[in-house]
Parts: sequence; C-alpha cells; structure tokens
Amino acid sequence: MANEDVPAAEAIGISKQFGSTVALRGVSVSLRSGRCLGLVGRNGAGKSTLVSIMSGIYGADRGEVRFEGQPAPALGDVQAWRERISTVFQHSMVVPQLTVAENVFLNTQPARSGFLDWRTMRAEAKQVLAEWGFGNVNANALCSTLTVEQRQLVEIARALAAGRRCLLLDEPTSALERAEIQRLFERVRSMVANGVAVLYISHHLEEVFEVCDDVAVLRDGELVMSRPTAGLSQDELVTAMVGQDTATIAGIERPGAKDNGQRADHGKPCLVVEHLAASSPRGALRDVSLEVRHGERVALLGSLGAGVATLARAAAGCESWSSGRIEVEGELIVPLRRDKALKAGVGYVPEDRRTEGFVRLLGVGENATMSIVDRLANAIGAVMPKRRAAAARPLAERLSIVSASMSQPLGELSGGNQQKVTVARAVAIKPKLVVAMTPTRGVDVASKAVLLATLSSLALDDGAAVLIATDDLDDLVICDRVVVLRRGEVVAEFTEPPFDREELIGAIEGLVPSGSVTA
Amino acid sequence: MTQVSSDKETTALAQAPSQEGGGRAAAEAQLQQISRQARALSLLREASLLPAVVLLVVVGAIISPVFFTSANLWGIGQQASSLAVITAGEALALMIGSMDLSLGGTYGFAPMLAAWLVVPAADFGAGVKLNAYLGIVMVLVLGAGVGLVNGLLIVKARLNAFIITLGMLILLAGCQDGVVKGQTISALPTALWYLGFQFWGPVPVSLVAAVIVLIVVGVFLRYHRAGRAVYAVGGNAEAARAAGINVDRVKIGVYMAAGVLAALGGLMEMGRVQAITADQGYGEGIIFVVFASAVIGGVSLQGGRGNMLGVATGVALLSVVQNILDLKNVNNYWVEAVYGLVILVALAVARLIGGSRSQT
Repeated sequence: MANEDVPAAEAIGISKQFGSTVALRGVSVSLRSGRCLGLVGRNGAGKSTLVSIMSGIYGADRGEVRFEGQPAPALGDVQAWRERISTVFQHSMVVPQLTVAENVFLNTQPARSGFLDWRTMRAEAKQVLAEWGFGNVNANALCSTLTVEQRQLVEIARALAAGRRCLLLDEPTSALERAEIQRLFERVRSMVANGVAVLYISHHLEEVFEVCDDVAVLRDGELVMSRPTAGLSQDELVTAMVGQDTATIAGIERPGAKDNGQRADHGKPCLVVEHLAASSPRGALRDVSLEVRHGERVALLGSLGAGVATLARAAAGCESWSSGRIEVEGELIVPLRRDKALKAGVGYVPEDRRTEGFVRLLGVGENATMSIVDRLANAIGAVMPKRRAAAARPLAERLSIVSASMSQPLGELSGGNQQKVTVARAVAIKPKLVVAMTPTRGVDVASKAVLLATLSSLALDDGAAVLIATDDLDDLVICDRVVVLRRGEVVAEFTEPPFDREELIGAIEGLVPSGSVTA
Repeated sequence: MTQVSSDKETTALAQAPSQEGGGRAAAEAQLQQISRQARALSLLREASLLPAVVLLVVVGAIISPVFFTSANLWGIGQQASSLAVITAGEALALMIGSMDLSLGGTYGFAPMLAAWLVVPAADFGAGVKLNAYLGIVMVLVLGAGVGLVNGLLIVKARLNAFIITLGMLILLAGCQDGVVKGQTISALPTALWYLGFQFWGPVPVSLVAAVIVLIVVGVFLRYHRAGRAVYAVGGNAEAARAAGINVDRVKIGVYMAAGVLAALGGLMEMGRVQAITADQGYGEGIIFVVFASAVIGGVSLQGGRGNMLGVATGVALLSVVQNILDLKNVNNYWVEAVYGLVILVALAVARLIGGSRSQT
C-alpha cells in the first residue's frame, strides 16, 4: 500500500508446534504505525499463539519477530519486550488497591533518589489521560472504584505513557457495554490517527469492519487472508475464517428461525415469573413479570446492570429475591437453591463458563453428566465410569464435542468445546426450562451455530421453554420473542422475528421512548 | 444432522492439523493415542514417589542392619497406620479446597475422652465406667460432631476455615489436658487398644485397618457420586453449584468425615502406645506431619486434586524417614530438624517430578 515505512512490528514466517499439534505454520503479519490490523479466526486457529509470540511470551520454532526492522529482544528479557509492544488482555491487569496514576506508571514511577514524586506522577498521569482523550478517568481515584471500561483505559494509558506505539488489544470489547464499545472505537481510531500501530483481536466481525484498516485471517494455524477491510464483504471474511463449511453455519441457524411463531403460541406456560423484585450487585429488579411457554424461545436483553443477569439467575435458582414468585410448571423455585431448581427441571448455562461453567480437572464426560449423577448412580450411590461415558457419549454427539476421550480433562479443550459441555449438562436433564446466559460468548462461529441449534431444538423438538439472557444480537436468530429490560423493569417486548437491530439497541439503551410493544 | 457432523470433522482437524485430509477417523485415532499417552504419564506421576520410597528403603538397609528385617518393616507399618488414617481425613478437607487444623485436636481429645469415661477413677478416669465398645462409638461420634460444628461455622456462618479450625484445635487440646489434669491414662481395656496394638501373625491389625480405610475412601472418591462431588466442589465450587450439587452439604459432610477419620487415627495411636497422654495430637504437632504427607502425596492445597494412593505414598515416605532416624539414633535434639529438612526436600522433589500436578 501507500505506506512504505518499516513496519512497527512484524512477524515473519512464524511456525510453532505444541507437542503434535501445529499451532502456526509460516505466518507473517506486519503492524504499521497509523494502521489498525484486525486479527480474526475461529477458536484454535492460532490467534492467541501468535499474540503470545509477538509479545515475547513464547519463542517461535521458526521465523522471527522484528520491531522497526530490528530483531526482537531475547525471549526472557521482559523489560525490553515491554518497551516495544504492549498487550491489553481481556482480563484486567490493573492493581485495584492503587490509584490510577500509580497504575499508569506501575514500576516506572517518577522518583527522586528512590522516593516517589507523587506530584509529578499525578500531573503526568493527568496529562497522558487528557492527551489521549481519557479525561473522564480521575488520576487520583483508586482503581477499585473504576468501571471495567475505565480500567481498560488505564491499561492502555500505561502502555502509551511509556512511549510504546505498538498495541495488541486482545478482545477489548468482551467486557464492555455498547456505548463503551463505541467510545473505545473512537479512541482506537484517534490513537491510530496519531501514529500508533494496533493489532486488534476480536470475535466480532462487525467490530473489525468498524475499526480496522486491514484484516488478517488465521485458519488452522495458517494465514489465509490479509488485505484491507475496504471493499471486503462480511461474507468473504466469514468464508475465509470458516473455510468450506460456511453454508453449514447459515444452514443451522436458519431452520430454527423459520419454524417459530406457529408452535410457540400453542404451548402451555412453563416459566411464570410474577412481580419479582430483587436487589443484586448484578442489577436490581423492580416488579418484573414474565411468562415463557413450552416450545418457546425467549431472549432477555439489556445493558449491564439492567437486571437481565439477575432475572435469569433467579429463574435458575441462583439468586435471592425480596418479593414475587417464580414457578416452573407450577413448582415454586426457591431462592438460592440451585439444587432444587435442578430437580424441578431447570437446566442452566451460567454466564461465565470459566468461573461457573465447569471443573477444569474433571473429564468431559463427568462435566457433561454432573447434573444427572443421581440418575447414573446405582443402589449404593456408585457411579461407574462406563455408565457415565455411555450417558455422555450421546450428549457429545448431539453437540459435536471434540475430545480425545470422555475422560479427557475439560480444561484441555478449546473454549467452544468447553461451552458445548456446559450446554450438554443442561441438555442431559431433559429440561422443562433451560436458562442460558450468554451461551455463545467467546466461542468460534461453528461452535456458535451448534450451540444455538441445540438450544433451539430443545424447544422445538423436546418442548422445553428456553430463556436466553444475552448481549450478542446474533443469538436472537433462534428466538421467537425478545424481552428488553432497563433499570430492572421490562421496557419493551418484540414478538415478530426477524428483529430489527436498531430498534433493539434503541430499547436497550433507552434511546427511543419505550419501544414498540410495551409489556 | 449432516451439517453437525461435518462441523465436528473440521473442528477435529483444527485440533490435529497434521492429519489434514486424513479424515475424521484418523484425527480421532490420533487424539485417542494422545489421550492414552497422557493417561500413562499421569499414572507415572501418581506413582512418582514410589522410587523415592524404594530409594529410602535401600538407604535404610545400608545404614542399619536392623532396618530390612520383617519385624522392623511391619513395625513401620504399624507406626504409619494412624498417620495414614488422619492424613486421609485431612486430604478430604484439602480436596474441597479447605483445610482442617482441628484434626490434630480430635486425634488426641476423642480417644482421651473415651478412655477417661471408660477407665475407673483410680486410673485417672471419670469414674462413670462407660462400656468400652460404647467408648469406641463415642470416639467416632465425637469426631463427626467436631466436624459438624466446624462445617456449620465455616459453611453456614461463612467464617474462615483456618481460624475456625485453629480455634477448635486449641479448644480440643485444652479439653484433652483439662479432663485428666495433664495426666496419662494407661490402664486401657482390650477393646480400646486392640486395633492399634494387636498383631495377626506378623501383621499389625492397625495396618490392615489403615489399608482398608484408604481403599474404602479411595473407592468412594473414585466411584461414589458424593466422592465425585468432592472433586467437583474442590475443582470449581461455583460450577458445582450451577450443576445442581448441594455444595454446602458436600463440604459439611467432608468436615464430618475428616473428623471421624482423625478420631479413628487417634484411637489407633492410643492403642499402639497403650496409653493416651495429654500430648497426643496437638502436643506432638501431628497436624504438621499430616499436612506434609498429604502434600508430598500430591494432594493440592488449592483443592480438586489428590487421591488415596498419593496419601499412602506420602505417609510411607515420611514414616520410613522417621524409622531410619530412630534406628540411627540421631541426636534427639536434632531429630526434628533433620525431619523438617527431609520434608522440605521431599516437597521440592515431588514438585519437580509431579510437574504442574502439585502446583495447582
């Protein structure tokens, strides 16, 4: 392209192998200052390996990393790598007990003969924050009082303050709300305009189109596409990511959507929520009522703290509430008694699979059947591994879980497969109601299709009521109805798929006066 | 359905890219082989301490002619058995990601209380002359009771396990001292010492009992739904809760089981020395040895990992070391120091061999 400069950072012919698995094969990418390169690929395509190699966490088997044309520092020289490139990870790396200023200058504080120069540090932190348009972050505030968005800015500011002009953003929007994402995009654009080179890793393709100048696609460890985003269509990008089976994905998502409407109306009520009020750190609820019928697939939408998570968790028996009632087929759900809700037939896919979804050290089969041990156990309560594997295998088949065996520890599998196992557990109980929270977060496109198809078939084929609490509008393709919460109240309900994204976002953000069909 | 299986194929290929074009069968065969290798490796790690134990036995045989006699080896077995039983209890508490310091107190107080209630007043008893078999039941019930109290305070009242069980440890040790005013009860009826002292031929009964306990606990952990729940709760309590496991009940059950095992271990130790002193348990600092043997045996302090084979090897290792030190007549003032050093070396070695196993 027009840019003839030496790249700010480049990876040249990188290959990397872990045991018998080839993670990367001769991958070359280059980051140029003033451009944002999107890096996309399905889970297991090699994105994180490439990021780790480019930030000096592992060495490559073959190939090299160069910064401004110079060879990269030695592998163990963390300081030297940090001076050249900064990675902002998905999980926050700020120290919550310290102030913003201290975090910005963590380990590089201005000091006079070893003593911190607080005044200079605060002033410089303020200046850096203002300079890059992060003025809404108070340099004197404790990081523990900041929002997720602000913490992320502190991390970015840390990199910029140290004069680094090469940033790797690893799924930076995964914890942000919509408005925050927009602001992040603006900031990324302005950083890029000021000559920073950015590598932007994301699962969300529309983000790539929005902020990236170029896009590189990894598939099975190989670079299959690298070109400017201008003139590229979303379909082309998806094809590159998925290879030959793009048709498959479209095929799985659509039949579910076509069917809806007809059967849903005939089902009897399964989940009945009446006048629920709750206060929870996840968001309060004020007098929420909701009904989900057998065979119906309902999505709950709302921004963070709007009460979506609280309502979904309450229906699964994981939350407490102060008034109101929840029934599943006439059976009362008891606050904070997940075990009783399970017996009442409520399958549950928790919001964060890492902290709530599964036990890393236990096998695929054991994780998948954890909800049905009572059924698998014999008279003395013993669960024989053979019986467990036999119960797990059809689940693995139904969700196309790929593992070496039913006893392979789940921690060793890819995120998509872990999420499938978490969903398998809800499927295993032959649920009357399934509460799925962000069921497709952080998984690759193909897994997403399987997960959505499975949830959909639970409703259409098995007659379960399906309640999906999500922030990913793609999940709505399988839904018959969308209920939007804002500040703990139902503000809008959409009953006619396909749903209009702009109307939905408007209702979520409260941009338009409460929506089309008010509940 | 066809789309689903074609997806499966591509994902399998993504994970085993060297099989490109080889199709799903080949990719899965390769995955299966990797898993077999992994399992063989993990078995090797499970037994990683066995060479160390064997090495110690050889060292023992070289430095002391008495060591490699059957009487001495069975003797080691008898000495190790009470430690093995209480360590099994501690291992359970560690595996749910908690700990129980009070096991050291139960180990002394439960047999002391039973002996005090059983023996006549003239032998420092309480004078109530409880039936000796009821006394044994008392020992176990007390262990379960202490565990229940610990469990309720930790799980229901959400108090810190370290502080609660520390307080309980000191309380129990104080009671142990208090009921007999620091005296030693040695005039025990047969029922109270049989398990710890008797031999069947060359075989100590206590060793048989300890092996049975470890096997029962081990099989329970491996195959029983409640045993599997222990691993699930220890590995990720939130996930276990989300899967419908009653986490609180599992935890309280583990504290109770640990208490029972500690009390049983104490009963065996009382039998072995044919007496119960005010020092047994807390006074001799048994809890530190218990922690050391559990961790040397590969039980994770973070929870979710550990098994009874590991516990057995950890206990065997420390018991053989203890025996060698006894036989070599190491200066009494330095015995503890040498023992401590061995523990540190054993932990370092276990970490090296076990790799990530003991790390998490």
